[in-house]
Amino acid sequence: MKVRIKFAKTGAMKFIGHLDVMRYFQKAIRRAGLDAAYSEGYSPHMIMSFAAPLGVGLTSQGEYFDLVLNSATTSEDMIQRLNGAMAEGIQVLSLVQVEDGKASKAMSLVAAADYFVTFREGKEPCADWESRIADYYAQERIPIVKKTKRSEMEVDIKPMIQEMRIYNHGVFLRLATGSANNLKPELVMEGFGTFVGQSLEPFAVQTERLETYAEQEGSLIPLADLGEIIG
Amino acid sequence: MRRLALSDEVLMTVEKPARYIGNEINSVMKDKEKIDIRFAMCFPDVYEISMSHLGLQIIYDMLNTRDDIWCERVFSPWTDLDGVMRRDQIPLFALESQDPIKEFDFLGITIQYEMCYTNILQILDLSQIPLHAKDRGENDPLVIGGGPCTYNPEPLADFFDLFYIGEGETQMLPLMDAYKANKARGGSREDFLVMAANIPGIYVPRFYEVSYKEDGTLASFVPTREDIPAKIQKQVQMDVTNTYYPMKPIVPFIKVTQDRVTLEIQRGCIRGCRFCQAGMLYRPTRERDVNELKRWAKSMLESTGQEEISLSSLSSSDYSQLGELLTYLIEEFQDKKVNISLPSLRIDAFSLDIMSKVQDIKKSSLTFAPEAGSQRLRDVINKGLTEEVILEGAGTAFEGGWSKVKLYFMLGLPTETEEDQKGIAHLAEAIAERYYEIPKEQRNGKCQITVSTSFFVPKPFTPFQWATMFPKEEYLSRAKTVKNEIRSQLNQKSIKYNWHEADVTVLEGILARGDRRLCAVIEDVYKKGAIFDAWNEYFHPDEWQKSFAACSVDPDFYIMRERSTEELLPWDFIDMGVTKQFLIREWETARKEVVTPNCREKCSGCGAAKFKGGVCVEGKN
Repeated sequence: MKVRIKFAKTGAMKFIGHLDVMRYFQKAIRRAGLDAAYSEGYSPHMIMSFAAPLGVGLTSQGEYFDLVLNSATTSEDMIQRLNGAMAEGIQVLSLVQVEDGKASKAMSLVAAADYFVTFREGKEPCADWESRIADYYAQERIPIVKKTKRSEMEVDIKPMIQEMRIYNHGVFLRLATGSANNLKPELVMEGFGTFVGQSLEPFAVQTERLETYAEQEGSLIPLADLGEIIG
Repeated sequence: MRRLALSDEVLMTVEKPARYIGNEINSVMKDKEKIDIRFAMCFPDVYEISMSHLGLQIIYDMLNTRDDIWCERVFSPWTDLDGVMRRDQIPLFALESQDPIKEFDFLGITIQYEMCYTNILQILDLSQIPLHAKDRGENDPLVIGGGPCTYNPEPLADFFDLFYIGEGETQMLPLMDAYKANKARGGSREDFLVMAANIPGIYVPRFYEVSYKEDGTLASFVPTREDIPAKIQKQVQMDVTNTYYPMKPIVPFIKVTQDRVTLEIQRGCIRGCRFCQAGMLYRPTRERDVNELKRWAKSMLESTGQEEISLSSLSSSDYSQLGELLTYLIEEFQDKKVNISLPSLRIDAFSLDIMSKVQDIKKSSLTFAPEAGSQRLRDVINKGLTEEVILEGAGTAFEGGWSKVKLYFMLGLPTETEEDQKGIAHLAEAIAERYYEIPKEQRNGKCQITVSTSFFVPKPFTPFQWATMFPKEEYLSRAKTVKNEIRSQLNQKSIKYNWHEADVTVLEGILARGDRRLCAVIEDVYKKGAIFDAWNEYFHPDEWQKSFAACSVDPDFYIMRERSTEELLPWDFIDMGVTKQFLIREWETARKEVVTPNCREKCSGCGAAKFKGGVCVEGKN
C-alpha cells in the first residue's frame, strides 16, 4: 500500500538539501518502526518518491513524499511515531493512503505550489514596493532572461504565475510547479526588482512554500486531499 | 529555537551549510545554566571526516552521561567558511549551542594524524584563544589533546595546556572532578594544572624542561617541579565490556565518510607487526563480550535508523567470537535491510561463506595486506602472512566466483632491497596465474588485481622507531621499480598499481618523531596560510620547506638517520606498558629476519602484562 506524507521544514532545517532530506526520512522511518517496503537486490532501498524538490534556504509548510508500506496501523499512530523520531524543524503534518501505481505518484501529479515571500529588513528594492507588486503582475507579459550554460533566453513567465498579491507585508505567489512547467519564486522576485529598476541584492528574500497541489478537472487540490485517512 | 552562530547569508554562500548547524538526531542539548563544565570536543578536520570517528562519539557520550557536564562538538570550518570567519571576525562556535568556544571550560582535541597539526592552530586561532598555552589567561578554555599522535605530543607541546595519554574511559571523569573541585575552592589555572599533572595519564608540557646535546639529540627531559611525576602512565580501559559506549550515536544529515553504525569488537592486536603503532599502543588485546555486543548492535541500529553496521578492530579475524557475532548480525538484521559491512578478514572457507551472504560476489573484492613483497621482508616486519596462504585463500575464492583482489604493501621498510620491491609484482603475478588456472568457461572473465603501496613511516613505540627514512626521490624510485616490474609481466593487464605521494610521507615522518623545536615550524607555516595539509589540494610542501629554513630547523635530523638505541627519545617519558627493552629486542630480532609468535601462541614478554588483563591472562584464570 502507498501512503502520502506531508511535512513542514522550518528553522535550521532549511539548510538541509533535498537529497539529504530523503536520507533523513529513510532513517527516521526506521527509527519510527514503520513497516516500509524495500526494493530487491543487494542494496535494497525504501520505495519513496518526493513531490517537488525544495531549494536549500527555503522553508516549507507543505512538503510531500509517497512511501510504500507492507502494512500500516492508523494515520494518527504513524504520524505520532514519526514525530517522535524527528529533528527540531521537521514535523509530519499528515499521512494518508493513496492509490497504488505510477500514475498516482506524487512527483508526476504536482501542478502548482503556493509561496510566501518576504524581503529581509533593509533589502526591499524600493520604499513603495508593496504598491508596485500589482503593477508588476498586471503586465501583459513578464519577460525574464533565463540563463543556461550555453545561452540566454527570454521567457514570458506571466502564464506560469497563477496568483500574485500582497499579503501580510509579503508576497503571496501561486506558481506552476512540476515537470511540465516549473517556475521558481526567486525568479519572479528578481523580475520584480528589474521592473522597479533596482536589482535585488543577494539573499534579499526569504521564501516559504505553503502548499503543493495536483490538478484535477481544472482545479487545484492539495496533494494530501487525494488520499484517505487510515482510521 | 536556537539562534545559529552564522547568518543566513553566510550559510547560503558556503559549501554544505549542514556542516555548521548541529541539530542532528541524538546530538545532545542541555540547559547551560544548569551545567558546571562546558566541554568542546574537537576533531580538527572537516565535518564529514570528524563525524566518522568513533573515539569522539565515545567521549561525547561518556561526558554527557554526567548532568553537570555538557560536551558539544566543534570541527574545522572548511576553507570557504574559514575565509569568511577571518574576514568578519566570527568566533568559532560549538555545533550544539552555537556558542563561542572561547566561553568553554575545556577544548578537547583528538589528534589522529600528523597532517592535521596546522588545523589545530586554525581551531585555536578562529576560537580567538592564544596559540601558546603560556599566553592563556584564567578565562581561556583549557586546551587538552588526546589520541594516537599524543604518544609523541612534543611537536605540539607549546599549544596545549595538557595532554591525555591513553584511552579516555579511565581518567577523563576524574579530571573533570578535579577541575570542579579546584574551581569550587577558587583555585587558579596553574593550581588545576598541578592537580591534573598528578592524575595518571595526564601530561602538562609546561612542567617539563628539555635540554639538547650538541648533535641535536635530547640530553635531558625532566620535570621542573618536585610535585610533578617524571613518567606518564598510559591509560588503558581494561574492562572493555562494562564501560562507556554510545548507544545513541549522532546521525549526521549529510553523508559522512563512515555513514554507518560502528561496533568496536575488541581493542588491541595479538599480532605484533613491527611497523604497526596501533598494535603496540593498544596492548594488551581485550575482547568485548559477544552477548553485550549483540545488544549494542540492536540498540544502536534502533536509535539511529542507520542502514549499515560495521565492525571495528585491528585484525578482526582474531576476535574469538567472530563467527557467532557475524551469524547473529546476519540472521537478526538482514531481513530488516541492514547492510553488514565486513572488516577485512583472513580469507578462508569461513570468511568466504560470510562474504557470500552479505556481498555480491561479482562486485566485492578480496583484500590481502602482505605489506611486503618477499617472505624475507615479511619476516623482518613480523607479518605472518605467507605466499602459500595468500594463494590458497585466493584460489578458494576464485573457485567460488570471486575475481577481484586488493593487495596492500609498504615501500621503504627497514632492510628492503630491490628484490623485495620486485617481489610485490611477482606476488601479484602469482595470484593472477592462479586465477587463470581455472578453466575459461568456469571463470568470470578477467581478474582484477589492484596493488597499492604506501611509504612506510616509522612511528614512536614500535620496534622500528629507530629506523631511518629516505629522501622523496628514493621513495618514488622504489615505486617505479614496482611499476616497471608489474609492466614486464605476462598478466600485466590484470594488475592495476597505485602508489602514494611521497611529500606527505616525508613530512609525516618528521612530525611523527619530532621534538619541541618543531612547534615553531608548525606555527610559522600556519601563519603563512597552511591548513588542511591532509588534503592533497591544500598541501604545499614548499611552504613547509621555507618554514623549516625560517626556523633554522633541519628536517633531515628527524628522518635521515638511524637512531641509536641509546638515544633519549622525545617520547621516552611515557610509560606504555610495552617496554623499551622489548622494542630493542624486536628491532634486533627483525634484523635477524626472525619472527616473534603472536600473543596467543606464546607470550613474548612485551611488558603489557603489567595491566593484568586481556590476552595476557586468557586461559590462565
